[in-house]
Amino acid sequence: MGRSLWTVIRRDLRLALRQGSDSLMVVTFFVLCVVLFPFGVGPESGVLERISAGILWVTALLACMLSLDRLFQQEYEDGSLDLLTLSPVPLPVLVLGKVVAHWLTTGLPILLAAPVLAVLLHMNGDGFAVLVAAMALGTPTLSLIGAVGAALVLGARRGGVLLSLLVLPLYIPVLVFGVSAVDAAVMDFGFRAQLLILGAMLLGALALCPWAAAAALRQAVD
Amino acid sequence: MHRFANPARFLRLATILLPWAVGVTVISLVAGLAYALVLSPADYQQGETVRIMYIHVPAAWMGMFAYTMMAIASAVALIWKHPLADLAGKASAPVGAAFTLICLVTGSLWGKPMWGTWWVWDARLTSMLILLFLYLGYMALQSAFDDPRRGQKAASVLALVGFVNVPIIKFSVDWWNTLHQPASVVKMGGPAIDASMLVPLLLMALAFKGYYVVVLLIRIRTEIAEAKIRTLRMAELHG
Repeated sequence: MGRSLWTVIRRDLRLALRQGSDSLMVVTFFVLCVVLFPFGVGPESGVLERISAGILWVTALLACMLSLDRLFQQEYEDGSLDLLTLSPVPLPVLVLGKVVAHWLTTGLPILLAAPVLAVLLHMNGDGFAVLVAAMALGTPTLSLIGAVGAALVLGARRGGVLLSLLVLPLYIPVLVFGVSAVDAAVMDFGFRAQLLILGAMLLGALALCPWAAAAALRQAVD
Repeated sequence: MHRFANPARFLRLATILLPWAVGVTVISLVAGLAYALVLSPADYQQGETVRIMYIHVPAAWMGMFAYTMMAIASAVALIWKHPLADLAGKASAPVGAAFTLICLVTGSLWGKPMWGTWWVWDARLTSMLILLFLYLGYMALQSAFDDPRRGQKAASVLALVGFVNVPIIKFSVDWWNTLHQPASVVKMGGPAIDASMLVPLLLMALAFKGYYVVVLLIRIRTEIAEAKIRTLRMAELHG
């Protein structure tokens, strides 16, 4: 089972690497979106500093959401999803593998880009470490929840818009605690509780989402 | 449970139940409204605005209740492929969404005089807003597929995933410091609300629940009739 998990991760990573630009596009979107804000709200460092955590998190959510259609869409169209569901390996394990690969190609680049953008937004230096920690705990949760949404909309009309309606409300808790952790660190309050809650959400999502996504995939290939 | 998977049996049962449900709804609604709007006292702090509570609180309860019913129906439909459970889930969603919207709107109207603001981003209000989005997502997903059965199944999975939110709404006022007051009716040590206000509140809650049952029965009956028409049309075409 562990080996199949590893195989799925390696396959998806290889596909992402060979097709090239996907992962880069997500980060480019993330960077561009963040760069829009100084134009939108004005370049005063006070304003930007105050809302920097919010900008980074909201943009990370959007970037993550936009990349979700990559998770299962191609497999659904070329039929390899049928083979995956027929395999003797439990489907939740395969889903988990795909989610890990998705996180490695979207969550991780976003995570790496975030501190650089935080500098551009004049974020207080105290917030950097917490921002990275919160994103390290939060972005895998986004990928996990997103996998459920992506599996549900397979074959739907206007799947992209629908996906945002399904997934964004479920992303709100991650956003709330992610931003509040960074804000607390910047203002010199304790941020441990928020990080623990983010960790708890990650564990909860890890326990539930692969099964929910697998159930949704089975409905899709029926 | 599978006794009720037979639509004909369900229809017979619905025909018996419907007049009773309508009766309970009308009587408790009239009594509740009279009691709530006229007979019950105004609050010593909030004055007359406290009467918003008699709509707001039952609507909030029903918003969560309808979602819970929808989630249970979805689980039953997914596990046992129970055809009527599908219809029950489908019929619950718009009613629950309407109740949730009523709860949010009345809450906002109540918040303006009491808290001085239409809206605050605290845990109770936000989680209720998420509930509304979950209802909307459920209904959108249901109608997004060419094959209605596929849409229904996908929506059922979503209903189960979204159920995580219901306990969060319930306990949000205990877990976080919110502007919204903590639970005062259903709590340890009995309700912290005087009988003169509790009675109309419960009457209104009964009326709302009765209304939900009435609409649910009518909607399921309509769905069954629609399915019949579809089958007849198909038979005619291929006849």
